[in-house]
Amino acid sequence: MKKRSALAHKMAVSPYMLWSALFIVAPMFFVVYYSFTSADGGFTLGNMTQLGKYTDTFLRSIWFGFLATFLCLLIAYPLAYAIAKSSANVQRTMVALVMLPMWMNFLIRTYSWMTILQNTGVINNILDALGFGRVKMLNTPGAVILGMVYNFLPFMILPLYSVLAKLDPSVVEAAQDLGGNSLTVLSKVILPLSMPGIASGLTMVFVPSVSTFYISQKLGGGSFDLIGDVIERQFQQSYNYNLGAAISLVLMVLILLCMAFLNRFTSGEEEMVV
Amino acid sequence: MSRLSKFYTFLVFLFLYAPIVVMIVFSFNASDSTGLLEGFSVKWYRVLMGDRAIMQALYNTLILAVASSVAATVIGTLAAVGLDKWKKNWVRTGVMTVTNIPMMNPEIVTGVSMMLLFVFMGRLVAGSGTLGFGTILIAHVTFNLPYVILSVLPKLRQTDPHLTEAAQDLGCTPLKAFFKAVLPSISTGILTGMLMAFTLSLDDFIISYFTTGPGFQTLPIAIFSMTKKRVKPDMYALSTLIFFSILVLLVLINISQARGENKRARQYKKGEV
Repeated sequence: MKKRSALAHKMAVSPYMLWSALFIVAPMFFVVYYSFTSADGGFTLGNMTQLGKYTDTFLRSIWFGFLATFLCLLIAYPLAYAIAKSSANVQRTMVALVMLPMWMNFLIRTYSWMTILQNTGVINNILDALGFGRVKMLNTPGAVILGMVYNFLPFMILPLYSVLAKLDPSVVEAAQDLGGNSLTVLSKVILPLSMPGIASGLTMVFVPSVSTFYISQKLGGGSFDLIGDVIERQFQQSYNYNLGAAISLVLMVLILLCMAFLNRFTSGEEEMVV
Repeated sequence: MSRLSKFYTFLVFLFLYAPIVVMIVFSFNASDSTGLLEGFSVKWYRVLMGDRAIMQALYNTLILAVASSVAATVIGTLAAVGLDKWKKNWVRTGVMTVTNIPMMNPEIVTGVSMMLLFVFMGRLVAGSGTLGFGTILIAHVTFNLPYVILSVLPKLRQTDPHLTEAAQDLGCTPLKAFFKAVLPSISTGILTGMLMAFTLSLDDFIISYFTTGPGFQTLPIAIFSMTKKRVKPDMYALSTLIFFSILVLLVLINISQARGENKRARQYKKGEV
């Protein structure tokens, strides 16, 4: 009987195992395979040696990604705290309001920012009417980072909120009773306890920011190429799958390294609490 | 909330909603400008309704979302049930690690890797032109699966393991015991997973972009090719309609949740629970 039910459970998992072997593991294998072969299928290191000319793009992507992630954390933390401190009904409404923009197509929202920031856009029309003259905002690095922060901010707010909402208020009170001023309480109690939320927020903002390609094209006007743009062009315009695969492989490795770097900060603090 | 934190909350929400407000306002613009208001009209909504390509893309998106979320729910629920009972060994760890790959990888890498698989297989089998409904459906099921599994697994862990035994002692076959005892207690997890899969599929652009061909356009892909040129306000009209349908849905969910909680609170006060 026991044996039969164990067999039944293995049978239940088997469609999924087959599926993930075919469509998760095999594609990863093909990324590696294409990275080290030329268009005719022979082994080559040529794709890897070509990557040198994209160093600037890689560095820019990582730099923009870090900046956007840091800004998201800075903006989201006070908001998540304010939401977590409010009444249950207000909390529910606020969380729904944070999620609502995420359900809108991100292409349209990004395009909408483009029309807001452009020289004949809403902000510049207002500035002009007030007599300040027009300011160039679109096609600047700032616009690209604004687009990243805008699109991925909810991914930072939500995990922070869920950690802060579970924070036991009596722990904070205890710290205050023991003579901690508000800054000490924040840095010694609240921040360390919210590290799991910070860690998942950092991942959820950093990964899509580094690898984005639409935001940089629309808000950067093509002058601030990111690594996602380069990959997209290899696959959809120049059809150089081998070079595209090599860039994707390096991007994956770089993201893993960056995440290990970010996690060292967040998990170190966690251990201190325990 | 203090006045300062109210003001701060207002500023962040202003930032989050600015592009959406602009979009809604300009969807009623009389001219085709997306920067300057020139009077009120609903002509872009009429243009939208007459646009065959957009309506076809909307239809494709819905079909794909339903098919992929149902398939992912069936495969994923089965997998979760099996994995829950599976004793901890390297196979189980391996399966769970693989499950995390699509969630950790950047979407563009997931999309590109599947495209490579499809292109390679396509060359072996049918020459070119393999990308289409079949491949995008496979891609959507694949990125939906982890979300289903990860929302069903916790529910299974909360379920009393003796439930199945009790049902079997009362004369159920193992299969019947599963349908009568286990399935009802994990149904909320299954529903959450399916809804999440459905919405992820509706909204996905990046993975779809690399795994579909010219023959099968979804709404996000249609929007992408339109924003390559200058956008006309009919795109804004479409987004406005989508925005308000989601808003209504969220409000309804919120009200029903609040009602449930208030009811429980009242019962608690009366001492009924």
